[in-house]
Formats: sequence, C-alpha cells, structure tokens
Amino acid sequence: MKKTLFSLEKTTIQYNGHAILSDISLSIEEGSKIALVGQSGAGKSTLLTQLYEASNRDVALVPQELGLVRNLSVFHNIYMGRLNRHGAFYNILNLIKPTQKELTNVRPVAEKLGLVDKLFAPVQELSGGQQQRTAVGRAIFKGSPVFFGDEPVSAVDEHQSHTVLSTIMKSHKTVILSMHDVKLALHYSDRVIGLKNGVKVLDESTRGMKTSDLDDLYQE
Amino acid sequence: MVAVSVISWIYADIEITTQDPWNEVMRMVTGMVTPDFLETDNLIAAIVNTIAFAILGVAFSNILGFFLALAFHIRLVRAGCAFIRAIHELFWALIFLQVFGLSALTGILALAIPYSGIFAKVYAEILEEADTTSLKTISQSTSRISVFVFVRLPDAWVHFKTYSLYRLECGLRSSAILGFVGLPTLGFHLETAFAEGKYSEAFAILIIFFLIIATIRKWGRAKLVPFYIVVSLLVIPWGLSDISITNVVRFFTEDIVPHPLHVSGTIDMKAFGSFIDWITTLFLNQALPGIFATIILTQIALIGAGALTLIFFPLISPKFFGFFGRTVGHIFLVITRSTPEYILALIFLLIWGPSMLPAVIALALHNGAIIGHLMGRHTESMILRPDAPKGINLYAYDILPKIYRQFLAFLFYRWEVIMRETAILGILGITTLGFYIDSAFADLRYDRAMLLIIITAILNLSIDVMSRTIRARLRLRTRVTLL
Repeated sequence: MKKTLFSLEKTTIQYNGHAILSDISLSIEEGSKIALVGQSGAGKSTLLTQLYEASNRDVALVPQELGLVRNLSVFHNIYMGRLNRHGAFYNILNLIKPTQKELTNVRPVAEKLGLVDKLFAPVQELSGGQQQRTAVGRAIFKGSPVFFGDEPVSAVDEHQSHTVLSTIMKSHKTVILSMHDVKLALHYSDRVIGLKNGVKVLDESTRGMKTSDLDDLYQE
Repeated sequence: MVAVSVISWIYADIEITTQDPWNEVMRMVTGMVTPDFLETDNLIAAIVNTIAFAILGVAFSNILGFFLALAFHIRLVRAGCAFIRAIHELFWALIFLQVFGLSALTGILALAIPYSGIFAKVYAEILEEADTTSLKTISQSTSRISVFVFVRLPDAWVHFKTYSLYRLECGLRSSAILGFVGLPTLGFHLETAFAEGKYSEAFAILIIFFLIIATIRKWGRAKLVPFYIVVSLLVIPWGLSDISITNVVRFFTEDIVPHPLHVSGTIDMKAFGSFIDWITTLFLNQALPGIFATIILTQIALIGAGALTLIFFPLISPKFFGFFGRTVGHIFLVITRSTPEYILALIFLLIWGPSMLPAVIALALHNGAIIGHLMGRHTESMILRPDAPKGINLYAYDILPKIYRQFLAFLFYRWEVIMRETAILGILGITTLGFYIDSAFADLRYDRAMLLIIITAILNLSIDVMSRTIRARLRLRTRVTLL
C-alpha cells in the first residue's frame, strides 16, 4: 500500500454562512497525479488551499494569483524557489548580479518552459501566459517532490500547455492540479476529483474515462 | 472648520501698513521683466551650495530614514520620528548655528534630521503596502533578510525612488531657504537683494532657482547619485576649523538649561520656585500669544488654500480647458508651488507691510497650488459619460462631487505642513511662535528658544494627531508619497 501524504476528514468551509466546501474527506497518496475538476466557484481553489494547509507547506505551489514579484526578472522569480537554500548574503548578491552558477541552474528550467529569451525581462512586462510559466518555473526550481497548481496553464496556449504539464509531471512525484480543461485533466492525471457546489461528487481513476463522463459536473 | 476660520479672521491682524503698495508692486514688476544675472557676487557658489546641501541632506536622511522605517513597529522610534519632523528645518538650522557656526555641518544636519523622520514614516508605509502575494510560495525556512530583500523591497524600491526625487525637490527649496538664516545658499543672496530693493537681482536669483527645480527630472538620475554625493562632499564649505568643542559642550550643558536652574546650579526649593516663575512668565508673555497667532493664521491659511484649490485645479484639467489654457495653468501652478511659501510671504510682506495678510496669502497660494495640481492630475484619468454637461455645470454636478473626498484628504494632510510653515514665517516678523523663537536666539536666550521650539513641536504633533483622527473618521485614505 502506498504512503498517504496528507488527508482531509469531513472538512467543511463556510463563508458568510454559505458552504464553499461541505463534508469533504479524501487522502492523497504519494506518487498520485490528481486533477481537480468542476465549474468555476465549485470550490476547487478552496480545496487546494485546504490541502496546502494540511501539508507541511514545503510543496511547490502555483497559486491562482501566481505570487510573482512583478518588478523582478524571470531569472529572479525562478531563483526565488530556492531562496531557503542559501544565506542572505548569497541571495542579495544574486539579486544585484546573478552569479554564473545560478544562471546555469536556472537556465534549463527556463528553457523547458520557453522563457529563455525573456530571462532578464521584468515579469510585469510579460504576457499572462509567460507570467504563468514563470510561476511554474519557480515551483519546479524549488525541487520539492510535491506540486500544487491552481489552474497553472489557464493562460498558456494549447501547444505549450502540453510542454508545461509534462514538465510538471516529470519533475514531481506527486501532483495536484485544479483544471478547467477536462481533456488536459484526463490526459495528464491518473485520478480525478470532481466538485459540484462544494461537494465531492466524483473521485475515481482516470483509466478508461472519457471526457463525456464528466459532463454531469458542468450541468446545472 | 470654515466657522473656525471665520472666527479667526476677527482676531487676525491683516492690515496693509505700507504707504504706497502700488509703487512697490510696480518696482517689482520692473525687476521681474529686467532680471539681472550679473549683479550678485558669488552666485555660482550659492547655486552649487544650494544643490550640494540638498543632495547631502536628502542622501543621509534617506539612508537613516530607511533603517528607522525597518524599526518603525517600535513605539519609541515612531514617536521620535514624529518629534524630529515636527521641528522645521529652519529651527534645526538655528539650533545648529549656535553649535557648529556657519559650517556645512549645520546645513546638512538641519535638512537631514527632520527629513529622516519624514523618510522613516513614508518608507514604513510603502513597505507596509508592498505586494506580498509571493510570500506563500516561498519556503518558510527562508531567512528573514532574504524574504525582505526579494519580496518587499523590489515592490517598494520603485516608490522609494519616486519619493526620493520628490524629497530632493523639497530639499532644494529648504536648502535655498537656509540662506535666510545665514548659510551660503541662494536664499542668502535673495534676502539681501529683496532687503535692498534690488528687484532685478532678486528675480534673477528666483529664475535660476526655478530652472534648477524645473530641470530636476533631467539631472536627478539614480545612476548619477553617487557621483553627486562625492562632488557635493568636495565642494561644500566645511569650515570645520571654526567648530570649537567647548562651544558644543557649553551649548548642551549650560546654554539650553533654563536660566534659573543654571544660575543656582542645584535644584532646591528656591531654584525650583524661580524656575516656575521663569516658565510662567515665558508661557504667558511669549508662548501663549505665539500659539494663539500660529493657530489663527494656520486656520485662515488652510481654508484659503482649500478655496484656492477649487479654483486652481480646473486650470490644468483637460475636462475644462484646451491645450493652450492648460499650458498657462500649468506654468502658473508650477511657479506658485515651486516658490517656497517663505519667499512668497517675503514678497507680499514688502508690498503690504508686516501683518498676517502676506503670510495668509502666501500659504494659501502655495498650498492651493500643490493640492490643485494633484486634483487636476486626478481629473485627467476620469471618464465622463458621453452626454456629460459642460463648464460650470460639469464642475459643480460631476467633477467636484467625485473628487471632494480626495480633496478633503489632501487638505487635511497639508494641515500640519501649513502649521509648520506658519510658525516659521514668524522669522519674517509675523508674531507666530517663530517670531519669539527667532528673538530668543537673537538675544542669546537659548534656554527660552529651546522651550519655545519644543512647544511648537508639541503643537504640530497635536495637529498631526487631530488630522489623522479626522481623516480616519471620514474614511479618507491617501498615499503619503504624494505629499
């Protein structure tokens, strides 16, 4: 049996008396690739936040708002994934002028995500898709075995979505992604959790599943 | 607020005391159109000194203020910063003049000390408001310094730079004004020229001053700052040889100790009794009338500034005037807000003679131009409905109601600034607190001067607290970096 990384027990989250998540129980095993699907407002982001809080928080995270430092370059934002591995002095040095060593570390990540030609551009000058890929880059660079992403490819075009998602899958043992694109979700995950109005209505292996099997989630 | 101002008018002394104001105005206008740049001796040195004092004062206070901002959560630091910025640059200059004489140190410290308090407050607020959404994506084991440098600082940095440039502009104004108490900056020559009625010379100096301020964006580049600091350190007249340590020690241990305590040497009942007498006399004869005049003048000037703002802001707003009209409006507002209120007051004083009137007009004009500029810029980004009315109807029914809260916020923000300036204008002979402080320094009564300065600071602090309470109650929020 696989090791359980974290789990929720009958979790209910209310906001202004309105239940965003109701009575959710689930456990995440090591090595699973999970897609959270459901309409917008179904509670995907809230569930992801709950799981993040249940974890030891040292997971690679791409929040919906990306959490980039807008005035810093792509290099610096990716480098921030490993801030904790170095002392303050080394970090400040790299902030003022990136060292050769860190450039060689960061460049492969940027290459995989198609960001190399923008490496020194401030992220505020980038397109939405490029910013999203930078946030994914930072998470990958962190080198954590667990990856959490809240719609990490929503602004990336279809061709690049595949590159980004397969890079995420290859670099992490355990992955949880909330997705609105059902086709991509089924393609890259081995387990799908479906939410409707804050209730878990589906939690199954994706083996043999068709996109039409998820239609119920999107009907009123 | 308006009612207080109206009552203040009754007690205000606003007579025109000169024999023939028109004659003086005509001579000034003649001077204005015939500026003489060659009349002033040492003009180049005065220009260089003005810029150098401003750069060094702003540079030191920038660094000190930054570190104070990091400790701004400590109550004592907050209170200390509030206190040092409640005392005007000119008062600091008067104090340091007694200690260090006419040396560069006096000029730099006079700017650097109050500005450190201002930088600390503004930087603390900028850091507080920095975008920290990236915080949760960073590992919790990251060192605090790394988090600060990568998360808060990059966002704050841009605002730091903008604000520093604005402070440098203030620094140039203050630096020029320091000349009025004897330091070798533009104000020194300006005062002499005005006092001797050499208006062609005076307006030539003013034009140079405007050019320095107007071109600040061209030469005030971040990359050139180290270069400017080094050059400034080299060119300013240090005059350190004149500083005597005994002088410094005597000032702090004897001169500023209240006279009765100093004479008796010990603190017994008799000394204490005469100390109480000393304080009572000082309070009744100088502090109270000074406080009274300062408050009255501040209130009238505040309402005046508000009224002028409402007239000024349409002048630069694209909602009311075309390109040509706006250009004229811009030039007018730039000149009025770049001229320190001290110099405006001096000009009006020459025209109307010593009373509160010159001070009121100067403060209202200067502050009205500053807020009017900000409000006018604010209206640029406003989107009107296609069938919006025009002219006076647009002003009264659409624009004014929309910007009114912002206007009040700015006005209350300037309240404390106006009071600081009101006190200072006393040096020109208007009987606010500055008048009594200046006289005490002139009579070498440093103990009195210090006590009156502290009273002025406390008055400023109370206005600051009051203004903050009112703004909080009216839910008026605005970024401090604008003012």
